[in-house]
Amino acid sequence: MSLLEIKNLRKSFDNTGVIKDISFEVNQSEVIAIIGPSGSGKSTLLRCATTLEKPTSGEISYLGKNLFSTDENGKVHIANKAELKEIRSYFGLVFQNFNLFPHFSVLRNITEAPVISGLLSKQEANNVAMDLLKKMGLEDKGDAYPCQLSGGQQQRVSIARALALNPKILFFDEPTSALDPELTGEILKVIKSLAAEKMTMVIVTHEMSFARDVADRIIFMDGGVIVEEGTPDEVINNPKNERTKAFLSRFEN
Amino acid sequence: MFVPDLICGAVDMTVIFTRLSGGFLKTLIIFFLTLILSLPLGLLVTFGRMSKIKILQYAVKFYISVMRGTPLMLQLLIVFFAPSYIFNAKIPLEYRFWAVIIGFALNYAAYFAEIYRSGIENVPKGQYEAAMLLGFSKSQTFIKIILPQVIKNVLPAITNEVITLVKDTSLAYVLAYTEMFKVAKEVSAAQSSIAPLMVAGLFYYVMNLLVAFVMGKAEKSMDYYTR
Repeated sequence: MSLLEIKNLRKSFDNTGVIKDISFEVNQSEVIAIIGPSGSGKSTLLRCATTLEKPTSGEISYLGKNLFSTDENGKVHIANKAELKEIRSYFGLVFQNFNLFPHFSVLRNITEAPVISGLLSKQEANNVAMDLLKKMGLEDKGDAYPCQLSGGQQQRVSIARALALNPKILFFDEPTSALDPELTGEILKVIKSLAAEKMTMVIVTHEMSFARDVADRIIFMDGGVIVEEGTPDEVINNPKNERTKAFLSRFEN
Repeated sequence: MFVPDLICGAVDMTVIFTRLSGGFLKTLIIFFLTLILSLPLGLLVTFGRMSKIKILQYAVKFYISVMRGTPLMLQLLIVFFAPSYIFNAKIPLEYRFWAVIIGFALNYAAYFAEIYRSGIENVPKGQYEAAMLLGFSKSQTFIKIILPQVIKNVLPAITNEVITLVKDTSLAYVLAYTEMFKVAKEVSAAQSSIAPLMVAGLFYYVMNLLVAFVMGKAEKSMDYYTR
């Protein structure tokens, strides 16, 4: 069974289709990069998959559990509160602008969620957080506040925060877009190390060379549809579709 | 000099201070009771103002616009006289005090509500989204994530209102409630001097220095982070 399955997903804002019939699956340990011009619907797709946006129609399911579905009559079904809670525990989301809690220390940003959800005791959460911070190269920043960190450090904390809940799948919404160019490397390094540990990830990104390096599969989106999909070699090195070619030609690398 | 003579000529400063201190105690009671009631009430009003239930939202909007759009003095009078008109009942004497408190609390709750609302709206949407996806319930999100940031956002505006409240307490005289300013006017009339009024001004000023100091401390205690 695939971890995440999206079928015929559509999303319109005020009758303007942003996502027009998208289907794809994410399997265990897969790393998928979603690329495409801005306005192509990649972020909306991610927001639909992470319950932040309600699709117009289609189906989204995690491990066979329906988050969202549409029956033959076009009636929409959304998971109930308990199911939503369960489904949300399957994934983590790393935001473009981090969304760390500014009034919590780095450590508390990571420990608060597992503690209040009863997943871990305070002591266990602290241990998990310290391990994660070590992994992120931030073991000395536990007592710092987000505002005292660089963008790259904040983004690593937000990755640690998502990982502390032990998600089965981790989404990244343009994780390096809010960063200075010299800071993107540290985030990409972390994502690569997670890929090496077989973490399942879906990454919306503008970093073409990174997508090629880390992804098992690349999805190129434009105008709300999947234009091309395949291995990095297929999509980036030998694109078949004209739109993909035109888009990639803007990234001379 | 002419002016100091006029002010302090033949007045008894001991009498002024003793009597004003008595009135000041009443002023303090109005001040603290109003804050204790209106600060939380304001939060409820904000919830109503931001409610998705349209009827509630419009009712609260109307309440806020009336509270902000009419003189507080008039509101005090209405709170005081309304029961006798509505219930056709004789007003007990103690009600004078409670009319003052209710009038102030209702008025200040409206102002605080608008301050809270701007403070809540200033917390980025991403904070709610992050909290929701991390498994915080709605109430946990509000109490642990949103409210602390709102408090930091609104403290400077709250300070302004609290300082205004210190001075507004003098309006209680319209209901003949004997707070400091009413005492000052009585003493002033009795001694034919404006010295008591000047001393009352000094009391208000010192109290506001204290308010500014305490609120400054509170703001400083939240300086450990910025967004």
